[in-house]
Amino acid sequence: MARRTVVLKNRYYDSVFLMQAARRIAARPGMRDASAQLGTPANRQVLEGLGYGAGDRDFQEAGPNDLVLALEGEAAAVAAVAADPEPWLARSAGPGAGPAREPRSLAEALERRPDCSVALVSVPGEHAAREARAALRAGLHVFLFSSNVPVEEELALKLEARDRGLLVMGPDCGTAHLGGAGLGFANAVRRGPVGIVAAAGTGLQEFASLVHRAGSGISSGIGTGGRDLSDRIGGLTTLAGIDALEADPDTRVVTVLAKPPGPATAAAVLERLRRCAKPAVLCLLGARRPEGSGVNFAATIDEAVGCALAAAGHPRPDFLDADPAALRAAAAAELAGLAPGQRFVRGLFSGGTLCYQAQAVFAQAGLAAHANAPLPGMGELPDPYCSLGHSFVDLGAELFVRGRPHPMIDATLRRRRLEQEGADPQVAVLLLDFVLGAVASRDPAGDLLDAVAAARETARRRGGHLCVAASVCGTGDDAQGLEAQTAALDRAGVRVFATGAQAAAFCREAAVLLGKEGA
Amino acid sequence: MAQTLGGLLQERPVFVNVGVRDFADSLRAAGYDVVQVDWSPPAGGDAQLAVLLDDLL
Repeated sequence: MARRTVVLKNRYYDSVFLMQAARRIAARPGMRDASAQLGTPANRQVLEGLGYGAGDRDFQEAGPNDLVLALEGEAAAVAAVAADPEPWLARSAGPGAGPAREPRSLAEALERRPDCSVALVSVPGEHAAREARAALRAGLHVFLFSSNVPVEEELALKLEARDRGLLVMGPDCGTAHLGGAGLGFANAVRRGPVGIVAAAGTGLQEFASLVHRAGSGISSGIGTGGRDLSDRIGGLTTLAGIDALEADPDTRVVTVLAKPPGPATAAAVLERLRRCAKPAVLCLLGARRPEGSGVNFAATIDEAVGCALAAAGHPRPDFLDADPAALRAAAAAELAGLAPGQRFVRGLFSGGTLCYQAQAVFAQAGLAAHANAPLPGMGELPDPYCSLGHSFVDLGAELFVRGRPHPMIDATLRRRRLEQEGADPQVAVLLLDFVLGAVASRDPAGDLLDAVAAARETARRRGGHLCVAASVCGTGDDAQGLEAQTAALDRAGVRVFATGAQAAAFCREAAVLLGKEGA
Repeated sequence: MAQTLGGLLQERPVFVNVGVRDFADSLRAAGYDVVQVDWSPPAGGDAQLAVLLDDLL
């Protein structure tokens, strides 16, 4: 078995392309594993930890603009790829990709298509503000997917956008629905009367998917990025989004979905929604109901969907109403086979909002938990790579996605964490989310099921039982298929709930029982 | 301002994609026009230098 690295100087590719190229290389006969990454210090450190690059000067000197291939396999196969890596890095033109030579800059692109109205920006964070600013100055709205953009850059961009009458959605904006188009991680949802502004990417996905599953639809969905409602940013995009939805003839209900805002911004958003000319729904995960607000308030995404559907005159679907007694009974049945010492719930999320919502659902029962992105009142994990007590980990947090694809696209990190939790004899319940959508993994359930089965087998060999609870965010029109994903999880013995809030409520009931048993 | 934002929600957008190609592919597959930029880090990868150059030009 041979291992080596190959450095290609000044070669930039996006992290999704590199993941796909690495998979193609690893599938070559004779290869055992391969990775393709930019030579950032963090990436090099990980490779060094795996035993790559010792004494290799090119590797030691590789920088963030250089491509590093790490190859492992039979000597002849590794040597063949290393000798001629180019075919593995050739881009195939996407569907309808147009002329062979692509523009090298935003300005060049706009010369070709002066009618562009929206720029999607997903370059590394340190370069993202520059591209976004160029787009604003050319009169374009910006969907800013990149994370790791400094807050002062965000504020400057949003002030400039406001002055120009444009929207900056992001940074760290996962999803939007504009003019019928789903951007980023968007799910396949029909158009309808419900409008939403969300400072919560998977929150928007879950909300839009549930509205669709109820038979209604989304007029527009405006993402703002998670920091928009901090007092530093002051809700600049949220407030502009509410204005736009209020003026939009296709929108009958205006929904705002976020984590608890900064106090000054909360007051401003509440005041704006109070004088909204359309029915308004405010969902602040984990926040207390504002007194006498005159606005429909929701503490979970499910409640927000219920309020929005009611305001739009649409019937309430049965799936929104889970019977608490049934959840409790189901939890009790699952916990019957535990071994002594199995005490904790561990939530491993690809969706940050679903992670946050799960904490809010736990807080309803006064339960304490740890998280890498904690709700106020919950503990922060001292080491995000290591769980403690009941823990909720958002694997899409900036720390985990620097230089690598989001966990909705690449399940590698979540698989590794799942294996780690499975090896911990204190774990009684695993809580997982599976997020479907245009850009997500082709098979989110399949990516994790063998790791789930291995963790359950480990628990069984210890004389215990590992309960796995999950929800699937998406619709039957998504390429992965809501029904197919749910069925695959069911077959593997995973308890699948209709919504993220219900899966979290099941785990909350389990945690209450685990606490009572004092195990 | 409201007019510009209203246009964003009402009109069929045309996109320019700077970054991850899958975003362009999924929009094209849904029937939208997208121009993909073949992006690479500017000025040898120095983000601050690139911003300074923007200000000079």
